[in-house]
Amino acid sequence: MPLPLTRGIDKLFSRALSRQARENIDALDAGQNEHGFDPFGFEPQFLRYVAPIAEWFFRVYFDAEVHGIDNIPDTGPVLLISNHSGQIPVDGMLIGTACLLEKKPPRMIRSMVERWIPDIPFISWVFARAGQVVGTRENARILLRRGGCILVFPEGVRGISKTYDRAYQLQEFGLGFMRLALETNTPIVPVAVVGGEEQMPAVADLKGLGKLLGMPAFPITPTFPLLGPLGGLPLPVKYRLHFGEPIHFEGAPDDEDRVIRAQVREVTSAIEAMIEQGLREREGVFL
Amino acid sequence: MKRRRRSARKQRVLITGIGGNLGRAVARRLHRTCDIVGMDRRPVRHMPKDIGIETIDIRRRRAEDVFRREDFDAVVHLNILHDPRSSQEQHHEFNIGGTQKIANLCAEHGVPKLIILSSSNVYGPRSDNDQFLTEDAPLMGGQNFGAIRDLIALDMYCNTFFWRFPEIETVILRPTHIIGRVNNAPSRYLRMKKPIALLGFDPMIQLIHAEDVITGIELALTPGIRGIYNLAGPSPVPLSYLFDRLERKPRYLPEPVAKATLKLAWSLKASDWPSPELDHIKYVCMVDDQQARAQLGYQHEHGLDSIFHLLQTSGSLNL
Repeated sequence: MPLPLTRGIDKLFSRALSRQARENIDALDAGQNEHGFDPFGFEPQFLRYVAPIAEWFFRVYFDAEVHGIDNIPDTGPVLLISNHSGQIPVDGMLIGTACLLEKKPPRMIRSMVERWIPDIPFISWVFARAGQVVGTRENARILLRRGGCILVFPEGVRGISKTYDRAYQLQEFGLGFMRLALETNTPIVPVAVVGGEEQMPAVADLKGLGKLLGMPAFPITPTFPLLGPLGGLPLPVKYRLHFGEPIHFEGAPDDEDRVIRAQVREVTSAIEAMIEQGLREREGVFL
Repeated sequence: MKRRRRSARKQRVLITGIGGNLGRAVARRLHRTCDIVGMDRRPVRHMPKDIGIETIDIRRRRAEDVFRREDFDAVVHLNILHDPRSSQEQHHEFNIGGTQKIANLCAEHGVPKLIILSSSNVYGPRSDNDQFLTEDAPLMGGQNFGAIRDLIALDMYCNTFFWRFPEIETVILRPTHIIGRVNNAPSRYLRMKKPIALLGFDPMIQLIHAEDVITGIELALTPGIRGIYNLAGPSPVPLSYLFDRLERKPRYLPEPVAKATLKLAWSLKASDWPSPELDHIKYVCMVDDQQARAQLGYQHEHGLDSIFHLLQTSGSLNL
């Protein structure tokens, strides 16, 4: 690795890691080679450095509640399709942590990251070791062929950067994930995240300023930019993650958009139903 | 074109560039099963006695005499200049001109098979690369590294043989980083005790043992085989893992510093590493060799341990 982790740091992370997390990491099968790496550079043992932080956010800060995680198949390829919210992608981290800590046997979630990530020092290294993969269609195919579990947010920036007046309203879904599912005969597990919309409720999005700063959006929240970087911290809301039953689709992956869109609508309907149920059942934003 | 009858006999193979480290290794393996004639403008020493050597520049007229005299069943074209200090003109003239000459001679003299050793470098290391590049990936290697444009031009030129000379079974092999008793950039880099590495970058690296490349060439000689094939060795590992296993002590530098240092060293002729080569230790450039495994029956024989052993024992290799 680019900077040697000293023994002290190693020990610190080891102590911070819960027994359950350690056991689950040891049990992870990512098809790694005899040297401990999968072909994308994922090193399950590297999660020992990431898991303590993720677990603290999952269990303490966001007090996440998980429903229906057993709907994720134990093995084989699967696409997790989720709504996206909250200005910063905490939802991705929490879904990944849930699959690592709450699912038995644990599953490693692979996310597809932006193509410019390999240009950033350290981030490129940490992302690869922690199992993130550069988002190309071929990489997704390879992962699914290897029986991987990929998390996709088909709303993309449209979903995560929306203002609070559109909270829990699904934005337009891209069609790529459905074509990929049809091509690789992969089941889709719909995922609904409830709680994320309130962590950084944006009252406005200064797109022009965001563009100037090279950011996809520039949200204005009650605390940001008023309180500076501190205002960028998410509020300690309670997250609820709902995993739906797997849906199998059949058809031609290169069919017309109209046909694919109808199939995508089935997935969005399932997510919307779970969001509604989650909102109905929750007692409060922080409870 | 000459029409010939071929009787049942050992395959007669011409190896161009037999004087190079890889050329010698290919000849030593193939001479057990084939009649070998080697051609090189450099003197060739320490070769088995049954190998005929022609000390000829492939671009000269005398090369044609060899084709006229011998009845070749295949040509393995390895005579490709890789010297980073040679000018682009020299590279183009030698690599493209030489290959053009060899292809024309094969067509004129009815040689049924032509094998060209290209490289996975033609794809180029890039941030948006697929993790494993298939044979139909675009050849983008020259985008940031002008010095290898001749190798891309060569590979693309050889691609035209499939329709220009359909009677010749053309095989283009694109192996990943070859490690062995060869003097190429990856072997030299991994033999260094204190190599320069980029702070914050640790790409996955795919290596192949030179002997496995030779296996690929051997399989490509099989009649009926034609096309483009990537070749790879064992499962890839991060660069830092290679350093650890080889007990190297890399000097991690921020990319701008590493780039400036290499540029300066290059201009002072203190280094033979062009700075764009740094992309190979920054981004992934790995190949998918499923096609070679399925169609050629290729399987790598040498694992990482064998490659490590080679790098550790050939540290003081007098190349």
